[in-house]
Amino acid sequence: MNMALLIDGSLVVLILAVAIWTIAVRDSFAAVVGYAIYGLMLALAWVRLAAIDAALTEAAIGGGLTGVLLIRAAVRLRPTESVVAGEMPGRFVKALAAVLAGTVSAALAVVVLSLPVPAPTLAPQVAGHIASTGLGNAVTAVLLAFRAIDTLLEAVVLIFALIAVWTLTPDNFWGGRPGPKYDTDPNGMLAYLARLLPPVGIVVAVYVLWVGADLPGGKFQAGTLLAAMWLLAIMAGLTEAPPIRRRWLRGVLVAGTVVFLAIGFAGVPLAGAFLAYPEGFAKPLIIAIEAASMLSIAFTLALLVLGPPERSEHS
Amino acid sequence: MSALPIAIPEMTTAGGFLLVLALMLPFLGVLAALVLGGRNAQRVAFLTIPSGLALVVAIAVEAVQSGGKLVYLLGGWVPPLGVALRADGLSMVMLLATALIILAVAIYARADFPIPAGADEARAPLMFWTLLLAVWGSLNLIFLAGDLFTLYVALELLTFAGVPLVCLDGRPETLQAALRYLVYALIGSVLYMLGAVLLYGAYGTLDIALLAQRVQPEPAAFVAAALMTAGLLAKTALFPLHLWLPPAHAGAPAAASAVLSALVVKGSWFLVVRLWFDVMPGVVTPAAAQLLGALGAAAILFGSIVALRQERLKLLVAYSTLAQIGYLFLMFPLAFDAAGNVLGHGAALTGGLLQAVSHATAKAAMFMAAGLIYAALGHDRIADLAGVGRAMPVTVLAFALAGLALMGVVPSGAYIAKKLMLEAADGSGQWWWTIVLQGGAAFTAGYVVLVLVSVLRRHSGAMPLVKPVSRLSELAALALAMSSLLLALAALGPVPGHLVSNLLAPKELGALLAVVLGGVLLALGISRRPLLGTERADTGANGGPLRRAALAAGVAFERVDIHARRWPVASMSLLCLALLFAALIVGGR
Amino acid sequence: MNAVTFYGLCGAALVGLGLYGLIVNPQPLRKILSFNLVGSGVFLLFGVVARRGAALGMGGDPVPQALVITGIVVAFSATALAVALLLRLYDASGSASLAPPQPVKPPEA
Repeated sequence: MNMALLIDGSLVVLILAVAIWTIAVRDSFAAVVGYAIYGLMLALAWVRLAAIDAALTEAAIGGGLTGVLLIRAAVRLRPTESVVAGEMPGRFVKALAAVLAGTVSAALAVVVLSLPVPAPTLAPQVAGHIASTGLGNAVTAVLLAFRAIDTLLEAVVLIFALIAVWTLTPDNFWGGRPGPKYDTDPNGMLAYLARLLPPVGIVVAVYVLWVGADLPGGKFQAGTLLAAMWLLAIMAGLTEAPPIRRRWLRGVLVAGTVVFLAIGFAGVPLAGAFLAYPEGFAKPLIIAIEAASMLSIAFTLALLVLGPPERSEHS
Repeated sequence: MSALPIAIPEMTTAGGFLLVLALMLPFLGVLAALVLGGRNAQRVAFLTIPSGLALVVAIAVEAVQSGGKLVYLLGGWVPPLGVALRADGLSMVMLLATALIILAVAIYARADFPIPAGADEARAPLMFWTLLLAVWGSLNLIFLAGDLFTLYVALELLTFAGVPLVCLDGRPETLQAALRYLVYALIGSVLYMLGAVLLYGAYGTLDIALLAQRVQPEPAAFVAAALMTAGLLAKTALFPLHLWLPPAHAGAPAAASAVLSALVVKGSWFLVVRLWFDVMPGVVTPAAAQLLGALGAAAILFGSIVALRQERLKLLVAYSTLAQIGYLFLMFPLAFDAAGNVLGHGAALTGGLLQAVSHATAKAAMFMAAGLIYAALGHDRIADLAGVGRAMPVTVLAFALAGLALMGVVPSGAYIAKKLMLEAADGSGQWWWTIVLQGGAAFTAGYVVLVLVSVLRRHSGAMPLVKPVSRLSELAALALAMSSLLLALAALGPVPGHLVSNLLAPKELGALLAVVLGGVLLALGISRRPLLGTERADTGANGGPLRRAALAAGVAFERVDIHARRWPVASMSLLCLALLFAALIVGGR
Repeated sequence: MNAVTFYGLCGAALVGLGLYGLIVNPQPLRKILSFNLVGSGVFLLFGVVARRGAALGMGGDPVPQALVITGIVVAFSATALAVALLLRLYDASGSASLAPPQPVKPPEA
């Protein structure tokens, strides 16, 4: 057994072990922490599968932002733990559930083992057409050129999710600020980090965005970094979450999608189809879309983590 | 295996750009409503919806003129590398129906979401109009997208737009209903996604047309078909996966319930149709289709009986939705002919489509009428609806017509649909579906009769109306109900003439009478309160033995329903169904 | 059996684990966690499909890799919505349970 197999085998065992622990452990907070760890190990698995863009995204969003979201929730829901734990089903149900879930897993395993060899792939087609996009990163080319509609709709998904979250606002707080007022020691460690890290984070984010055209990276990863920096500043009390009533905020949220749509529709007269790029201009247009989207994504992700408004504008 | 074809030589057809416009217009509306905010959200909606309707009509006209499907290659890239939008007859009918119903709901809801004077923006109105446009855009995407992953995104869009509509009023019960809906719907989407992953792994594409060419009967396709079907059934709330629907649809505001019942559940149903008829017709087996049909029959039975047991009008209508969803799945076994080949686009498919559109219009009208009654009286207890018939004749007429449309009574779209499916049943020798089709109408008649009897009772003294209802809203409900009946005009179109030649023959009228009588008997037997007001409620102590037996049966069904809607049971049913489908797909060849 | 198949089987196992957790854990937060587990298992399977499609100097088929990125973001937004809904339910009613379903009726005036 060579080194690579050993590494992969150990990683798989670790991932499954953490996953089982996450499901089985009694305390919800512990399970959430377990999930954050699981997310990071999964990012390693993605690296081993040679999908660096996915690894970056999983680490940032799957492990990072989802972890923050779930930890905040687990802490707030602590008082309900024991009450709800009483609803745990009995042994028979657990056994039946295990059998059903196990059968599904087994069926999937059979399919995995019987996938065709050689595997059907679209890599040759991507390689054949990537030159016209001017990009070097095949994943970015797929996201913003070949399957741009999915990325466009994805931005719409984020907006819909935010609208759905905002619908949950109590009526008397409508238009107010999401999240609590954070009362942090202005001379403490958190405030210090929040002053130190964001400038670095912003530079790294812009770099990740720029380099995403030719190397792993792109607007999702960059946007998540920006969102994290902003959340850090908010949680350290350095800045306040804006009231959701503000026009500028709503404008920023939709800006990425609007730019995407505008360039998409411009493609009809200029390049013959919606979401097509005119000859030679593909790369600058793609970078423009990515830049605008990065800002929108950053704001949307941060607001999704913060949740619906919990206090009025002027508190 | 011989070399896979790289791509179908496919081109954007003339008029294909209309598809893009029809898709993007609602989303643009959502963005505009969000940014402009305040009172502009309603204005944006009333600008966008008629324009969208005009676009959809233009698409239909274009398709009829060019004699076939419309295709648009997004970005100019040919599948499998790119994504295509495709509109065939199925899509266009659904696009039209959706646009019409959204328009009617918008007109109906104008009165429901006023912004208090002095406030420039309020939560519920802004969110309602935005979410209405969001649901519409998501549905258009489902009907037009030609790629399984784009359809996954569309399903998520639809869920994110539908869930907040459930808890729009913010009460704890609706919040819980919304959370159950969301989590169950998410399980459904993730199972769908899993199936799509397996299909890509085996065939290298997610494009529907390409997959139709490449899919072979092999493990990947079997497991994918089973998982995707089960996941989509969870989102459509087909019995026994219906745990989320009754509280969600009953608790939402009336306009939202109309959209949820009439349209949102049709989205995932549409995908099941696409999957079975277009992507994997060679993979699914008659046995698996019989399972789908059996679940549909069970839904009709359970939904109708539990609807009869309800004391609240909105819950009754919600359980009626459950029953009607069952009808949508009777088309699957009927699409197989006697030799076991999927007929593709035959009588059963047309019947199913017509059924879907009839149900959508009628159910929306029914929820609207229920909402008006509730708004006027301040409550919707069925037992206390006496005098409403006299006070709100238009509303009651809308309800009655919607009920007739659901029953499949001449003339209505559902009647033509039933005829089409009966023909398919005769042609393939599946006599048991004939029984279900004919009998199901009686069950529907049961709860319609229940409500009408209560509503048409005389009220002693003056009617205590809490507030007057908007005439416009009543007319919107009536218009929708009538359109469901007018769908019978479909007889002039693609439906064979011999099906409707004897509309007023004694046989037809006799069938109608039998249906109504059957309904009356069921209502007499099973309803919780006595239909004709002589017994003490619910004890049945003064009723005869038949009444007691019927009541006991009704209680038993209700108990089964409560058990089926507990989380562990419902989630295990989901997995069980997936495994059953897999078994029937593998074993039924 | 090579390394990529390991990850494939890992993905299959994660899907099963997540489904088990969805059925059995009563706390909604843990159901959301289990849903994320299933989702990540599905994406891992997609990554395995991508890796198997490596060709022409690319480490993997870029189309599934791109779709996974989209999927991760969609899963996050679903989680955010579910968590917000759960917290709001807790704030409004003091309980954070999905069962037994409270009888939902339209409110009386």
